[in-house]
Amino acid sequence: MKILVCISSVPDTTTKISFTNNNTALQSNGVQFIINPNDEFGLTKALHIKEANPGTNVTVLHVGPNSSDPVIRKALAIGADDAVRINVEAIDPLQVAGEIAHYVKANPYDLIITGKESIDYNGAIVAHALGEMLGIPSVSPCIGLSINGSEASLTGVVDGGKEELTASLPIVVGGQKGLVEEKDLRIPNMRGIMQARTKPLNVVEASGSKEAQKVVNYDTPAPKAACKIVDANNVDELVRLLQNEAKVI
Amino acid sequence: MSVLVYIEHTNGIIKKNALEAASYAVAYAEKTNGSALGVTIGNVSESEIKKLGNVGLEKVFNVGGHDYLNHQKVAAIMADVAQKNNSTTYIFSGSSEGKGAGPRLAVKMGAGIVSEVIEVPSSTSPITLVKKAFSGKGYANIQLNHEKNVIVLSTNAFGVHEKSVDVHIENISSEGNDTSLTHQSFDRDTKGISLPDAELVVSAGRGLKGAENWGMIEELAETLGAATACSKPVSDIGWRGHHEHVGQTGIAISPNLYIAIGISGAIQHLAGVSSSKTIVVINIDPEAPFFKAADYGIIGDAFEVVPKLNAAIKAIKG
Ligand SMILES: Cc1cc2nc3c(=O)[nH]c(=O)nc-3n(C[C@H](O)[C@H](O)[C@H](O)COP(=O)(O)OP(=O)(O)OC[C@H]3O[C@@H](n4cnc5c(N)ncnc54)[C@H](O)[C@@H]3O)c2cc1C
Ligand SMILES: Cc1cc2nc3c(=O)[nH]c(=O)nc-3n(C[C@H](O)[C@H](O)[C@H](O)COP(=O)(O)OP(=O)(O)OC[C@H]3O[C@@H](n4cnc5c(N)ncnc54)[C@H](O)[C@@H]3O)c2cc1C
Repeated sequence: MKILVCISSVPDTTTKISFTNNNTALQSNGVQFIINPNDEFGLTKALHIKEANPGTNVTVLHVGPNSSDPVIRKALAIGADDAVRINVEAIDPLQVAGEIAHYVKANPYDLIITGKESIDYNGAIVAHALGEMLGIPSVSPCIGLSINGSEASLTGVVDGGKEELTASLPIVVGGQKGLVEEKDLRIPNMRGIMQARTKPLNVVEASGSKEAQKVVNYDTPAPKAACKIVDANNVDELVRLLQNEAKVI
Repeated sequence: MSVLVYIEHTNGIIKKNALEAASYAVAYAEKTNGSALGVTIGNVSESEIKKLGNVGLEKVFNVGGHDYLNHQKVAAIMADVAQKNNSTTYIFSGSSEGKGAGPRLAVKMGAGIVSEVIEVPSSTSPITLVKKAFSGKGYANIQLNHEKNVIVLSTNAFGVHEKSVDVHIENISSEGNDTSLTHQSFDRDTKGISLPDAELVVSAGRGLKGAENWGMIEELAETLGAATACSKPVSDIGWRGHHEHVGQTGIAISPNLYIAIGISGAIQHLAGVSSSKTIVVINIDPEAPFFKAADYGIIGDAFEVVPKLNAAIKAIKG
C-alpha cells in the first residue's frame, strides 16, 4: 500500500504571534517551525499501518520553499520512507490542495492523510478540497481508521458526536488527536535522525495552481483590560457582575 | 447576484448557528446589493423555516427527502441550487457540516474559499474580509480575487441580528447522489450541549486532580445550561473525552462566557479560548497566567468556590 502524508510547517505552539512590514508579514525571526500537530497524529497513524502491513510505503509531502526542509527531515526521522516537496510558496488552501491533487494524479496513492486543520491559517479546507479535486471521499476530522484490503472503516467527528463510515480506497483522511493517542507520538531518535539525512527528498516544481486570495495585512487581538478579582468568599458578587455588567447569564 | 446560505438543522429544528449564518447572508447581500437565499435539506416544517424571517431571510428553498446527509451530499445539492439560481456567494456555518461541504462546493463551483470569517466585507471591490488566524492569536484581512466565493463563518463571532420579514418557501428537489461514503451509524450525545456552538462553557483542568471530581463541574454546567470542556492534559490522561479538549490543538471556541477552573492558562490553551466574550478564572494560584487573559477572577480552591458559585447561580435562576 502507498500512503501519502501531507504536512504543513507551522510556528511552534508556544510562539507569541506578531507581524512585521506594516503588519503585512508574520514575524518569523527566532520562530521555531514544527510539523503541524494534527499532521503528526496522521503521520504516526501511517507508520502504524505500515508496521501492520509489510511492504507499505509512507511518503510525506509538503508544499513550500526549501526553508521547510528541516521540518520535512523531521518527518523522515520519525519514520516516513521518503519525501516530496513541491517548490512554491503556499499562500492559499485551494492552491495547496491544487498542487497536491496535481501530484497525486500523476503519482497515485491508496491513502492520503492530511490534518483536519493547519494551526497557522486555520483553513480546515485542504482535506475536503483535495477529496473533491481527486473525485474521492474525504473524512475530516477523522478520529478512527482501519484498513482491510481495499476497504476503510472510519470514524468521523460530527457536531455533538461521531459517525461510523465505510469507503473504498483511495480516500482522504484529515487527522487529529484520536486517530492515534498522544502517547503514541514518536520523538525522533539518533538512528532516525541519521537515516533521515540519506532518505530521498524529491523536489518537484509547482504546476502553477492559481491562488484565489491574498492577505492584505494582519492584526493581533486587542489586549484585555485588567482582570477584576472577586473575593472567594463573595461569589454572589461574581454572579452580580456576570448578570449586570457582562450580561452573559 | 445572489447569496446562498446553507441552513443547518438537528432533527428538523433549525440550529442557532444557522440563524447566525442566515443573519450574515442577509447583511452580506445588503452590502453587495444582492439578495439572500436560504437552503434547507431534509425534513424541516414550514413553521420552523418561517423562523428565518426573524433574521431577515426572505426566500428559502426547501429540498425534500435526504433522511441521511453528509458533507458530500450537501455540497452536491448546494452546487445544484447555486447553478440554477446564479448564486455567486455561498455561506456556511463553521460547524462540521459547513467545514466539510464548503471546500467541496468551492471546488465544484470554481470558487475561492475563506473560513473562520468574523465580519461582513469591509470593502466590496475587491471583497475584503477579516478571518481569524493562528488559532485566535491573530486576524488576517483577506482579499478575494474570485468572482465566486465560499465563506465559512467562525461560530458566534457575527452573531444573530433580528430583522423581521416574511419568508417565501419554495419546495424543490435535488438529487445530491454522492454515495462514495457509506454511513454505518451515529453516536451522538443528544442530552448535553454541543461544545462548538455553546454560548456558555464551563471548563476544568488538571487542578481538579481526578476524573472523580468532575461532578461539581457538570452540576455547574447544568445550572447554567452550559457545555463542558477541559484542558489538553485532562483529555490526554483520559479524565474526559477528546471531544472536550479545547485549545490550539483541540477545538477553538468563542462562547459568550468561558469559566476556567483549575486551568493554568498556557499559551496553547489560551489560543483556543481567548476570543470568548467574557472569561472567568477560578484558580488557587494568584500567579496563574490565566488571570492576565481573564475579565473576572477568583483566587481560591475550586473545591470550595465551585459549589458556592453553583448555589449562588441556582438562587438567581430561582
Ligand atoms: C511565510 C508564509 C506565508 C504564508 N501566507 C499565507 C497566507 O497569506 N494565506 C494562507 O492561507 N496561507 C499562507 N501560508 C501557507 C499556510 O502555511 C498553509 O500552507 C496553506 O495556506 C494552507 O493553510 P490552511 O490553514 O488553510 O490549511 P488547512 O486546510 O487548515 O490544512 C489542512 C491540512 O492540509 C495540509 N496542508 C496544509 N498546508 C500544506 C502545505 N503547505 N503543504 C502540505 N500540506 C499542507 C496539512 O495536512 C494540513 O493539516 C503561508 C506560509 C508561509 C510559510
Ligand atoms: C504542541 C502542544 C500543543 C498543546 N495544545 C494544547 C491545547 O490545545 N489545549 C490545552 O489546554 N493545552 C495544550 N497544551 C498543553 C499546555 O502547554 C499546558 O500544559 C496545559 O494547557 C496545562 O493544562 P492545565 O492548565 O489543566 O494544567 P496545569 O498547567 O497543571 O494547571 C493546573 C492549574 O490548576 C491550579 N489548581 C491546582 N489546584 C487547584 C485548586 N484546588 N483549585 C483551583 N485551582 C487549582 C493550579 O494553580 C494550576 O494553575 C499543548 C502543549 C503542546 C506542547
